[in-house]
Amino acid sequence: MLLVAIVLVIVLSIHRKDGNTRRESRPSAPDFSLSQLNGQSLQLASYRGKVVLLDFWATWCDPCRDEIPHLIELQNKYRAQGLQIIGVSMDDSPDPVRDFSQHFKMNYPVVMGNADIGRLYGGVLGLPIAFLIDREGRIQKKFIGATSASVFEQNIQSLLKSGT
Amino acid sequence: MKKQMYSGPSVARILVLLLGGLFAASTLHGQASSIPSSQLINVEDLSRTLQSGKGEKPIILQVGSHVLYQQAHIPGSDYAGAGSTEAGLTQLKERVEFVPKKKFIVLYCGCCPWSHCPNVKPAFDTLHALGFTNVKVLYIANNFGTDWVNKGYPVASGH
Repeated sequence: MLLVAIVLVIVLSIHRKDGNTRRESRPSAPDFSLSQLNGQSLQLASYRGKVVLLDFWATWCDPCRDEIPHLIELQNKYRAQGLQIIGVSMDDSPDPVRDFSQHFKMNYPVVMGNADIGRLYGGVLGLPIAFLIDREGRIQKKFIGATSASVFEQNIQSLLKSGT
Repeated sequence: MKKQMYSGPSVARILVLLLGGLFAASTLHGQASSIPSSQLINVEDLSRTLQSGKGEKPIILQVGSHVLYQQAHIPGSDYAGAGSTEAGLTQLKERVEFVPKKKFIVLYCGCCPWSHCPNVKPAFDTLHALGFTNVKVLYIANNFGTDWVNKGYPVASGH
């Protein structure tokens, strides 16, 4: 019985260590500073300590637009627990983004993206693409293409609970 | 009782159906899915055409997002404006103003999954209306990154 307990403890500690190592070995999210729609600058590094969902989108992208109401809900629901959603618009000009943001009452900051940030994040060559970044600034998950609200929520919850 | 509940197609119901049909038609107008398959070219065939020393080389025009074009595009292709906007279509018209109507032209976008692309269909329709007779649209199923860049086809960047 004692032997079984010792083996169980060893297995669990290895498993936990492996999970932590895997999490820590994730790449750091490249820092950037971009203008928000209100003209103020936003720097990713200033959100260290929060779980960040970085959402690359555009007003002309149907699947991106479909996701926005869910992201607004998630921001409301998990703001107090430390979630910060940041939208990176890949539109060519800010005018349609400003209209869209006001119309949908987007409750999280939106910055105007460009080719440089696209390259920085490995090439944003199709939308939507989102990155889930932990409190230490590491990319824990990349979502390519349309993603359901439940998948976003599951991953966000998991990261908020994990403490990293 | 059941007979009384059945009221037949009311005016309101017919109106709803008509409006729904009109909305669907207007949505379809901008959809890549409505481009006839005979007017499509796939990535393998375009790549082969570009690599081959024989035959006519097409003019290749990206009609989607400029930000995406700046990151990566097909070498030799030009950015010709987003097909989903009036300004983009004007840019496209200016780009082809002096191009012979029989010239082989390939349009592409790759911003989003094919069925959601808002750009290629209006651009295709515009060239068709201008009298161009040899226009093909590059079929990109998912997006330019997945279906062109990640498959190792040649890529250029900038401007």
